[in-house]
This record gives sequence, structure tokens and C-alpha cells, in this order.
Amino acid sequence: MKRESDSNPKKSSRRDFLKKSLVAGAGVVAAGGLVEAYLDTQAAESGEKVKVLTTDGEIVEVDKAWLRYPRVSRKESRKGIPGRKFVMVIDLARCKNARACVEKCQHGHHLPKDQEFMKVYLLQDTEYTAPYWFPKPCFHCDNPLCVSVCPVGATYKRTDGIVLIDTQRCIGCKFCITGCPYSTRVFAWRHYEEYDEDTQPYSPEASSPGVEGTVSKCDFCPDLIRVGKLPYCVSACPMGVIFFGDLDEDVVTNGAETFQFSQLIRDRAGYRYLEVLGTRPSVYYLPPVERQFPVNRGFDGLEENVSKRYENTPYVKKQRRK
Amino acid sequence: MANGKDQALLTEFAPQIERTSLIQFIWIFFLVGVIAAGFYALYVQISEGHIVTGMRDNVVWGIYIVNFIFFMGVSYAGALISGTLHLFRAEWRKPIIRMAEFITIIALLIGPCYILLCIGRLDRLPYLVLFGRIQSPITWDVIAISTDIFGCLIFLYLAILRDIAAIRDFQGIRLPNWKRKLYRILALGYVGTPEQQKRLHRATDVMAAMVIAIAVIVYSVLAWIFSVTLQPGWHSTIFGPYFVIAAVFSGCGVMIVVMWLFRKIYRLEQFITRKHFVNVGILMLILAALFGYFTFSDYLTKWYGSERNDELLINLLFDEYYWLFILSNYVGVLMPMIVVGFPKLRTINNITISAIVVILALWVNRYLIVVPTLESPYLPIQDSRPAWLFYNSTWVEWVLTAAGVAFFALAMTVGSKFIPIINVSEMQDAPPPEDEEILV
Repeated sequence: MKRESDSNPKKSSRRDFLKKSLVAGAGVVAAGGLVEAYLDTQAAESGEKVKVLTTDGEIVEVDKAWLRYPRVSRKESRKGIPGRKFVMVIDLARCKNARACVEKCQHGHHLPKDQEFMKVYLLQDTEYTAPYWFPKPCFHCDNPLCVSVCPVGATYKRTDGIVLIDTQRCIGCKFCITGCPYSTRVFAWRHYEEYDEDTQPYSPEASSPGVEGTVSKCDFCPDLIRVGKLPYCVSACPMGVIFFGDLDEDVVTNGAETFQFSQLIRDRAGYRYLEVLGTRPSVYYLPPVERQFPVNRGFDGLEENVSKRYENTPYVKKQRRK
Repeated sequence: MANGKDQALLTEFAPQIERTSLIQFIWIFFLVGVIAAGFYALYVQISEGHIVTGMRDNVVWGIYIVNFIFFMGVSYAGALISGTLHLFRAEWRKPIIRMAEFITIIALLIGPCYILLCIGRLDRLPYLVLFGRIQSPITWDVIAISTDIFGCLIFLYLAILRDIAAIRDFQGIRLPNWKRKLYRILALGYVGTPEQQKRLHRATDVMAAMVIAIAVIVYSVLAWIFSVTLQPGWHSTIFGPYFVIAAVFSGCGVMIVVMWLFRKIYRLEQFITRKHFVNVGILMLILAALFGYFTFSDYLTKWYGSERNDELLINLLFDEYYWLFILSNYVGVLMPMIVVGFPKLRTINNITISAIVVILALWVNRYLIVVPTLESPYLPIQDSRPAWLFYNSTWVEWVLTAAGVAFFALAMTVGSKFIPIINVSEMQDAPPPEDEEILV
């Protein structure tokens, strides 16, 4: 296809998309179904070509990196993807705090360094039990207190189990932040330049672009799910720590391995964090047994401001005393 | 309407209403300056974002919400004191009831402003009505507080109506024409016919009872904003009544300080006597005992069971916040009990000093409820940014706090220049024959 910007060099900003609607073929979409897409001809070419069907019925070949998927509207984002109930499984035995999930998530959601939807904790339940790395997304609870307390319905629970925030509705009262017992939600204390990098229209499914004075959090990436991709954290993790899937289909995958959810939870004694609170999370953890890495590997190659976070944990204090 | 005794009293208060002295002008100018500084701080907060406050993702509510609870509490106390004393026909209430009513309405106008300061998107405030969800305790609060403001305004208006009519009819006071006209309009044609008196009396009785009930609801709802969450330290069944008691307690303190100030400034020694200080002081003593009991009960159950997160919170309170904890929950409780409890110590100044301590202690008490809880969540805070670890209030928050206090003082000053700070009309009513001083 001819690049439109070639004929009009003035319009070479990333905001200019080729408006022609496309229907991406099954080669792009893992799930098979037809998905609407459009082209961003300003994006760098990847060299990989895909065949797509235009609305005129033509089949054309375009660069894969040009494909963009329109975000669903704010209204549509309240409904949820039909017939789905999403679930996440995090295998603590594999995590070595590589932080690829955090970085990819921040990049994908156009977040500043100050805001992390995925946080990695160094936990140790008691003095004599083993310390472990604990990646913590939003738990997308089935009994979400954050949703109950929101005065304007800015945060809501969908039929597919996802809890989203509409930052165009949010008044920024922060009640949901105090309502969440897992410290999941973050507030935009000011405007960050990173928000401006996102040139697509806002959608709660993308949690981007961010809005100053509102609350946001991990969204399970429904915008990616819609086009058959896995959430940023899942595909970024080099260890395959994070599995994502569907509770009704009883299947979870980290991209490389796929498991039957119920069997995985049964065999590996999966559990939910702080079950006692009755929030009924959609995120399950597999206990850190037969680990692939010693805990100390998690400190390798950390930026100073990140490694300093763990200075006051009982484990690090004890190590230092030795 | 305006009989001899009434006129004599009005002559007494006429200078307050007629002219403003130079010192008063300086005082008002100073208060306006503080409020202007508050507006500047608000401008900074709106233009640069909430990053200028000390609040961050863990401690998302800071001294704004503390001020909110505090002013709402002060307001509630005024409503309860004026409402109950009115209903019980306590004769000694007459010189101080007007102050209680002023405190109620002024604090009630300031309090909600602080919750607005916590809100990230003030431009979306109408959403609270447009998209309001009744499931949210914030919506309960919006309904309760707006009802409270409405009810208290009516109650206050009914209470000042007779005095407005009296000033309108009083010839011995020099007033500019616009002011006289204003009094004429506000008096609503009240001339004191028996029918009018009966109706006014009945309406005031109804509103007094309503205001007490509404205030209990408002303050309980406010407490539920905290206690419906799962946060250790907030998730407590005791919070509703605890907040109600704490509110009246702090309000009694403010009441005593306001009485002391007006007594000095307007030379009201013949109206406000030691008896009034002792009576409100005894009320404060009873509330101190109740407050101490609730506080003890709340922390004892947390400490004794030692659930992990309760224990973390208690440790934080007795470590980082030790002296504040001692001030708010020991000194603030014991001092009014000792000062008012021993007749020898019951001087006007002693009671006023202990009232000041009570006010400070109660403010700190709310701080200790809000901040340490948010600093000790279920998942430990692991952060390298100091602001995210511990809450440190900034100048913006303090200037806006000072602006709230300044507005309170300004409104009390200006209010007393418009309506006599002592209820002139009630003072001239003959006391019912069976009346006895109930507390002393």
C-alpha cells in the first residue's frame, strides 16, 4: 500500500492514521474470529507482512507493525467480552523479579515510572518461613469493594470478571483506593508527559491515555484480549511466571505452556491471597515450592531506586546483619 | 414586641452592630488575608495537581479529611448543644445558645469544603448527582450533609428571627438604610402576635429535634466512610457512635473557647458567668469519659486479639506516633476530667485551657485514625520514594487548614456584628416557674 505521508510530508505526525477500515485476517488473530483494525502508516516497519481484507473486499498485504485495533467506546467497555470469565495464575516458584512485566505494562499503558499497575513485592510471611517474590496485579475481585464504594460508577465489574475504571467519569475522591485492601490502585497526582505519548482516543479497556486527578490500575488488558493477544505482563515475562486464561474454558496459558486451570490449581495447591477478606479474587497464586531461582537472584541488575524498596524488608535486614 | 427590658438589652448590644472598631477592622483584614492565602494555595493545588500535597498512593487522605471530620464534629456539637438545651428548656442556655447556633452553621459550611479539597477532579463534581450511586457511602454523605446544612440553616434562622424583628423595631440603634431594610425583609413580618409566637415556638421545637437526629445520622455516615472499608484500624463496628461522641466532645471544647473569647471582647461578664463555663465543662467531662471509654475499648480489642495488621498499626501508633497518641488519647481525656472534676480547679481560665487541649487532642485523634492506618496496609509498603512511605503534610495543606480556621473566626466576627451574639429576645422571656439550674 502507498504510504499516505509520502504525498503529504506535513502530516507526518503519529496522530495521522490512515482512516481506511480493515478487517484483519486470521493470521493476526489467534482466536480466529474477525477483528476490525486500521493502519498507522507512521509506525516503523517490522518487515513482516500480513494479508488483510479491506472493507471494499480487497485482500492487500501490509506491514504487521502498521496494524492498529480501534479501542472500544466507554459505553461498550462496560459490557465485557461475551461468554468469558478471565482468570490469572501466578507461579511464585518461577519469579526472580526480572521486572519485565512491570516495564512492559508501563510501556503498553503509557505510564510514568511513578505509576506501576504491576508491583513486585518481596514477601516473607513469618520470620522462619521462606521469602519469595510476589508479582501483584489487580485481583479483579468478584466481590470488589472498590466498585461498591465508588460514588459515580466510574469503576465497574464486567460480565467477563474484569474490573475497569473509566477515568473520564472518575472524580478522584480516592475512596476506592482506601477500599482496596491490596494497595492496587494508583492516583495520577499530576499530569505526566507519558500520557501524551498515546495518540489514540481514550478507552477504559486500554487505561490510556492517563488523566490527571483520577485513579487507575491494572486492567487485565482487555484491548489486547479482544485481538487475541495475552496481557502485557504475561507475554513479557521471560520465566513464564504469569498464566492467563478463561475460567469457563478451564484453561490458562503463559504463551509457551498451556494448562488445564482446575488441574493446575489442584496439583500445585493454588491459592488466592488474603482469602480471609472475602473479596474473591480472580488471581490465583502457586506456592513457591521447588523454585527455579534462589530468592537472591531477584536483586540482580536492579536499578538503585528499585533495590532500595526492599531495604526495610525483614529478609534484607537479616541478610545485612549476617 | 419591644418592651423595656428588651430595649435595655438591645442598647447593650447596639454598639456591636452599629460600628466596627479599628482593632476589629485589622482583625477582619488579617483573617481575609489568611483566607486569600488559602485561595492561592488552592490555585497552586489545582494548577499543579495534588502532587503539591503530602498525599500519595498509600496515604491518599491527609489533613484535609482530618479537617473535614473536625469541622463536621464541631458543627454537630453546636447542633446537639443548642438542640438539646432548647428542648430541655434549660434556662442557663439562653446567653450561650446563639453562639452554639453560629458554631453549628459556620463549621458546617467549612467542613465539606475540605472533602472537596481531596477530590482530584473538581470539574466533575456534578457527577455526584448526575451519576450518583446510592450504594456508595459518599452518596450517603452527600445526602446527609446537604440535609444537615438545610436543616441547620432553618433552625438558625428560626432562632434569630425574633432578634431580627427586635432590631427592626428598635429605634435606639443607628443603622444605614440598607441594613434597616435588610432587617425588615429578613424579619418576614414577624411582630410577635400570640399566633406567630406559638407557631415560631412549635417550629423551633420541631427543628431542634430534627437537627439532633440529622446530626447523629451525618456523623455516623461520616464514620462509616472509614469503617465500611477493610482497612485495619478503620474496619470497626464502634466507629459510628465513637465519632458521634468525639464530635460532641470536640464541639464542647470549641464552645467554651468561643464563650471565653466573646465574653472578653464584648464584655459579656454579666451574661456569661462561671456557671456557664462549669455547665458546659461538666458536659465536656461526661463526654471525655465516654470518649475515653470508646477509645480504650477500640484499641484494647485491637491490641488484645493482636491480629497481624492490627498489631502493626498499634506498634506504629506506639512508636512513630507515641507522643501524639499520648496527647490525644490520654492528656485530652484526663485533663478535662481533672480540671472540671475537682471543684477547686474549676475556674473559667482553667476550663478554657483544658478546652483548648481538648480541641487539639481531638484533631490529633482524627489524624491518628486516618494517617497511620493508611501507612500500614495489608501488603507492606515497599517503596524507595520517601513521600510514598510516610505522609508529610505540605505548606499547601497547612495554609488551606489555616484558611478554614480563619473563615470560622471571620464568620463568627461578622455574624456577631449582624445579630447580637446573645439571644436578646429569649433573655427577656420570663423563666418557667419550675425551672431549676439542672447541672449546678
